[in-house]
Amino acid sequence: MRNGRAFWLFVGPFAIGLLVFVYVPIAWSLLLSFFDARNTVTPTSFVGLRNYADMLTDKPFLSSLGTFSVFAAFIVPLTFVLALALALLVNQISFMQAFFRSVFFLPTACSYVVASLVWKLSIFNGVRFGLANTVLGWFGAEPIAWTVSTSPPWYWLVLVTLRLWLQLGFYMILFIAGLQRIPQHLYEAAWIDGASRGWQTLRHITLPQLRTTSVAVVLLLLVAAYQAFDEFYNVLGTDRGYPPFARPPLIYLYYTALGSGGQDFGHGSAGAVILTLLIAGVTLLQGRVITR
Amino acid sequence: MRAVRYLALSVAAVVFLIPFYLVLRNGLASEQEISAPSWRFWPREIRWENFASLFSDPSVPLVRSMVNSLVVAVLQTVGQLLLCGLAGYGLARIPYRYANVVLYLVVATLMIPAAVTFVPTFVVVSSLGWVSDLRGLVIPGLFSGFTTFLFRQYFLGFPRELEEAARIDGLGHWGTYWRIVVPNSRGFFAALGVIAFVTSWNQFLWPLVIAQDQDAWTVQVALSTFLTAQSINVSQLFLAAAVSILPLVLVFLGMQRFLVRGVTEIGIKG
Repeated sequence: MRNGRAFWLFVGPFAIGLLVFVYVPIAWSLLLSFFDARNTVTPTSFVGLRNYADMLTDKPFLSSLGTFSVFAAFIVPLTFVLALALALLVNQISFMQAFFRSVFFLPTACSYVVASLVWKLSIFNGVRFGLANTVLGWFGAEPIAWTVSTSPPWYWLVLVTLRLWLQLGFYMILFIAGLQRIPQHLYEAAWIDGASRGWQTLRHITLPQLRTTSVAVVLLLLVAAYQAFDEFYNVLGTDRGYPPFARPPLIYLYYTALGSGGQDFGHGSAGAVILTLLIAGVTLLQGRVITR
Repeated sequence: MRAVRYLALSVAAVVFLIPFYLVLRNGLASEQEISAPSWRFWPREIRWENFASLFSDPSVPLVRSMVNSLVVAVLQTVGQLLLCGLAGYGLARIPYRYANVVLYLVVATLMIPAAVTFVPTFVVVSSLGWVSDLRGLVIPGLFSGFTTFLFRQYFLGFPRELEEAARIDGLGHWGTYWRIVVPNSRGFFAALGVIAFVTSWNQFLWPLVIAQDQDAWTVQVALSTFLTAQSINVSQLFLAAAVSILPLVLVFLGMQRFLVRGVTEIGIKG
């Protein structure tokens, strides 16, 4: 009994907040998703599964999942490989190691909004004198319209390089931490056995020893890509709205639930429930793989 | 081999620093320079007076939005450390019949990224009347299941002897936590605190959804509004961006040790 009081003294305030701001919203949305709720957050008329049916047959909603897949197919492997490469390089040097680590980590201090500003209005501003087009010009290439072009791959290049710059340092730190936990004697034993210092030890010692870190990095990268919103909104969006392409799930949801066409919380809630189930499924599956 | 490594790292470092340089360059150049027909790495002149015009322009709510961001970030950092620290300790150290039930409820939220549920959260927060309100900006972000989970894992590994010594001295759970556990965990609190501050300062989606009136804008929402507008003063926007990253660059330079530790904790236990 006395323990119960102490327990709730510590955990109570947090538990109440978790209930009110996480569990109640999810329950409320679950309810709303079976109702019509336009410009109101109280359910008006019961529509059964119609919101779900609408969402699952809605082309833009399905194509937002496609957009996520394309984005993830680029950003996950690229970040993984480059962050690992940076970590290996930084970990192998001694002189100025802290300096290089700080430089690669520094973009984490930048918000996606500021990065979007630099990418959209300075590097890839689409006019002849923009930085990217100036560099292309040195090689005799024609200027590219980048973010105002409606055909892939140009806006993908802008979005993927932006996120690479922002998140590489974070994952590099994770890989460095993983590398420093590998026992040195494994390498020494391999060298005695005649393994070469480069590729062979990387392939047979470093990579297998980094397995836990690698799984965690892939999962974090996937979840982060799934929630992509900030750079898409700021690079491609204008005050007249958002172009009909390159809409990841949260962008789609934002314009459905809160966009200028009026607030539609019935469909918005159904979309949120579907997206939550999808990501929860992926994390559960991944959890199984790790603990196995 | 060593020279190749340093060469590769140096090239990469320059590439990583260019965007920071561009923010400053464009912020301190004149409008004509930014849209000049040929690109110059160094602008012809540095216009320090851009600062004066930025802060005196009443149409740019920079100061107001910076203050909003600072208030939100400080309150969220302190609030998260307080609430999640207490909860993490209770879950780790106070045996109780229903402790496991609460722990399951916390762990279950780890599977759901907060951003994905912004519509549900908006529905609840707006019916509380907290739209464009400081409470709406700060409070929903305080209850991080992830931070609580990290605290719990950390306190599970806290040396029990210290706590038992406190118990013998007559301290209860509350006294033990505040007088023994917290003072001996400063590094961990600092690590999670720095992460919370940076995350809060840079967050965009939730403030965009909830801070609809200009008076409630955080600095990210203010920058984004001008970035997505049709006609803008480009150089002013870049200078505002430079001012907006300054607090975080200072945090980075001063507290990088804690930041690296925090990132590692998140990546490994998460």
